[in-house]
Amino acid sequence: MTAGLRSAVQAGLLGGLVAWHASLVGMIEAFHNRRLIGDTITLGYIWLAGIVILTAYLAARHKPPRMALLSGGIAGGIIGLSLVLLAFLINTFDLRAILNAATPNLVELITFNLGVTNPLGDFLPIVVGACVGVVAGGLAVLPGTWQRTIATALVVTIMIALLRDIFVALLPDSVGGFFFTSRGMTIPGALFLLIVMGVLVWLVASYGLPGVQPAADAATGTGRLEEPWKIVYLAVAAAFLLTFPLWSGQFLTNVTVFVGLYIIMGLGLSLVIGFAGMLDLGYVAFYAIGAYTMALLTSPEVNPAPWSFWAALPVAMLTAFLAGVMLGMPVLRMRGDYLAIATLGFGEIIRILALSDSLKPFMGGAQGITRIASPQIGNLVLDSPEQIYYLVLIGCVIAWFVAARLKTSRLGRAWMAIREDEDVAQAMGINRVTAKLLAFAIGALLGGMSGAIFASFVGSVVPLSFALLVSINVLALIIVGGMGSLPGVLVGALVLVGLPELLREFSDYRLLVYGAVLVVMMLFRPEGLWPEAVHRRELHKETVPLPETTEPVTTSTSVSTSTSSVKD
Amino acid sequence: MTASRWKWRVDYSQLVVWGIGVLLLILVLIGSVTTLLEGRYTLTQWRDFVIFGLAQGSIYALIALGYTMVYGVLGLINFAHGEVFMGGAFTAFFLADALARNGILDQYPLLSLLAVVALSAAVSTMLALALERIAYRRLRRAPRLVSLITAIGASFFLQYTFRGLYGSGLKSYPSVDVLQGSVFGIQRSVIVVFIGAMAMLALLYLFIQRTKIGRAIRAVSEDIETAALMGVNVNATIASTFAIGGVMAGVAGVLYALIFRQVHFFMGFIPGIKAFTAAVLGGIGNLPGAAVGGLFLGIVESVGPSLFLEGLGIPAAHQLKDVIAFLMLVLVLIFRPTGILGERLSTKRA
Repeated sequence: MTAGLRSAVQAGLLGGLVAWHASLVGMIEAFHNRRLIGDTITLGYIWLAGIVILTAYLAARHKPPRMALLSGGIAGGIIGLSLVLLAFLINTFDLRAILNAATPNLVELITFNLGVTNPLGDFLPIVVGACVGVVAGGLAVLPGTWQRTIATALVVTIMIALLRDIFVALLPDSVGGFFFTSRGMTIPGALFLLIVMGVLVWLVASYGLPGVQPAADAATGTGRLEEPWKIVYLAVAAAFLLTFPLWSGQFLTNVTVFVGLYIIMGLGLSLVIGFAGMLDLGYVAFYAIGAYTMALLTSPEVNPAPWSFWAALPVAMLTAFLAGVMLGMPVLRMRGDYLAIATLGFGEIIRILALSDSLKPFMGGAQGITRIASPQIGNLVLDSPEQIYYLVLIGCVIAWFVAARLKTSRLGRAWMAIREDEDVAQAMGINRVTAKLLAFAIGALLGGMSGAIFASFVGSVVPLSFALLVSINVLALIIVGGMGSLPGVLVGALVLVGLPELLREFSDYRLLVYGAVLVVMMLFRPEGLWPEAVHRRELHKETVPLPETTEPVTTSTSVSTSTSSVKD
Repeated sequence: MTASRWKWRVDYSQLVVWGIGVLLLILVLIGSVTTLLEGRYTLTQWRDFVIFGLAQGSIYALIALGYTMVYGVLGLINFAHGEVFMGGAFTAFFLADALARNGILDQYPLLSLLAVVALSAAVSTMLALALERIAYRRLRRAPRLVSLITAIGASFFLQYTFRGLYGSGLKSYPSVDVLQGSVFGIQRSVIVVFIGAMAMLALLYLFIQRTKIGRAIRAVSEDIETAALMGVNVNATIASTFAIGGVMAGVAGVLYALIFRQVHFFMGFIPGIKAFTAAVLGGIGNLPGAAVGGLFLGIVESVGPSLFLEGLGIPAAHQLKDVIAFLMLVLVLIFRPTGILGERLSTKRA
């Protein structure tokens, strides 16, 4: 009994610390300006509630029902208490000289606009925290299907409320009026959506999607698609992607173009990190090389006889490929972590060189190069986001095709063998240098392609676009999606590039959240959201028992599969 | 068949790499000789470059110790160490600023500086300990890539946490009157920084060599399992390694602020990478190596742009200071990954 309570108190204190952090970096206040549902529920409150729900859920897990409710309530109440304490501190001492976010607005927000001096304002947060905690504790007691149903429905509803502007633009006024107000969602609209989503998710969770063979073991395998349905799903996806710019509006298309560019880069870097196991932190260098090659060839500012986009694109890709070979050669022999730092150094060198006055006559220095050509087919100039969208889509499909084919090719298997154990791979007759160089260079080629399209889409290149941030972005999306997993790149790009572009409030906290996501992913789910089967098995070797011996193919460990398959 | 046996087994990638290395060496030589022959700078100017380089290098050395000690113990590049350095200096700014406003800084400069250094070191130590406990402890047996990615994530998390807490603007450290002016034509602040850093290095060396904790750290970096069998508390020892690195980084933060007079949430990144370069340069895992590597890097970075680059006729050479440092990092990693003084434990961890 007491041990359970102690763990609940500990969880509450930890959650309180997280809540303090979120408040003091200014997230909560910034998010508070975004009304989501009705007039009172803002993104700030949702964020705090998310902290409480997660903490209480974790505190209540694996406990008997009554204890679970109690633990959840205690954890939630402690988080509420810690926030009141914070409000009290801010109100008493003038912390603002040091802490930017310790504003009176934060105090108002925490005490539900009642103020610290009002006793009700002091108690309400604790009570609300405890109530939310009890609910979350209750959630932990429910069976798994119910948990997933409720969580998914909640997240989807909040996402739709967040993306209000887009849905309002897409939906006819009569429907939009029911769901959305001028700032967020209406309460009946949100409830309706919650219920519909809940029913839908519950149906899918209990009966499965038509044609999807459920995985034998949820922890080690993914579901398989049956043949006729596969075509149906593919056709739906294709129709969706092909018609997307026609109905989605310019803003959404614009965002999608960026997501697409990151998908191409992600696929390229996935070859290097996910397949060959080389952590390349300077991937932005190739993106920059592709973009600058495109700029130097097609901009009349620097080239008296400007090329067309189509002539410059292969050259840009080839340049990136060669740069990949050149940069790859020296770093190949380094061990994993040294390689990461060395590539990071390369990325920074390229950026500083582009920025410096020394190369200004050629690369434009800090001002960069403008007037880069748009792609042109006959007399049609592709310069709107809708038109570039199709170009990027084709690029993504090509990159996907290349990556998917390479993955199961002789070369791909050689990469994976190298990733697992370099010495063994070499002993099996794999040419280490060639294989690694090719991974580096093909990854660079895709990065260069993405950069070239980017340059042409934006119309100018400046060194600022090629900061280390881009490398970290791509790295984060690969990790979140799952290292070496191609669908994972898609998921990662949508979550880490698409979402922040859509959420304006988010921009200041983007890297903060990325950092936290990287750490949390590595600590608790290193295989990513959509992992590759082999990788998942490997990372959970101790926790998840290997599949039964009735499936001889999957029982062999990853090392032996990859090395034995390389020999043929 | 016999002919092919005698053929040299040339690895083409190695050949290219060595070619690039030789080319760079020739360029550096030509650049230096031209600069010296042209006599662009007087002897005093060169001396100033070197002394400034030494001061800057001694700061790199202090930060590098954190990298090198953690690497020695865990085999992990603590990528977030630059942020530990930033966090201390950034927080201590507010104390320095408050002291300066009340006039205490000018009245009791030594005491106030000590207080600022103490606060900075305390904050940095707490950051380092939190990193170890939250981010790294669970991952001790994880693959290298996993812990490196965690470190990168932690680094960004800390940067933007401090940005959120204290704002994104540059904050300028108050000037200390006593440290203004110069002795023998050398800025006083530079001298103080150099001496302070050297004193810290000496203290650390004594600590590692003479105390019980120091001996435990050496034992753990030799072999974790055996040390545990011998009764060393491994968790506590690893934590104390991080703590010592944190103290050094905190002191380095204030010294850095004394020279450059400003702090910023992004200030840890570049010095962090350079300090890592210094650690590798001296041989990672090797304490005196970190000191030597730091000083060497500081001097090269300070003298390099004028000596190597201007002779080659490259305009605005001082902007390429960081390129020299990064290039040196890459070159060391390629040609001598064990560093100048040799890497300890290199055979075991390679």
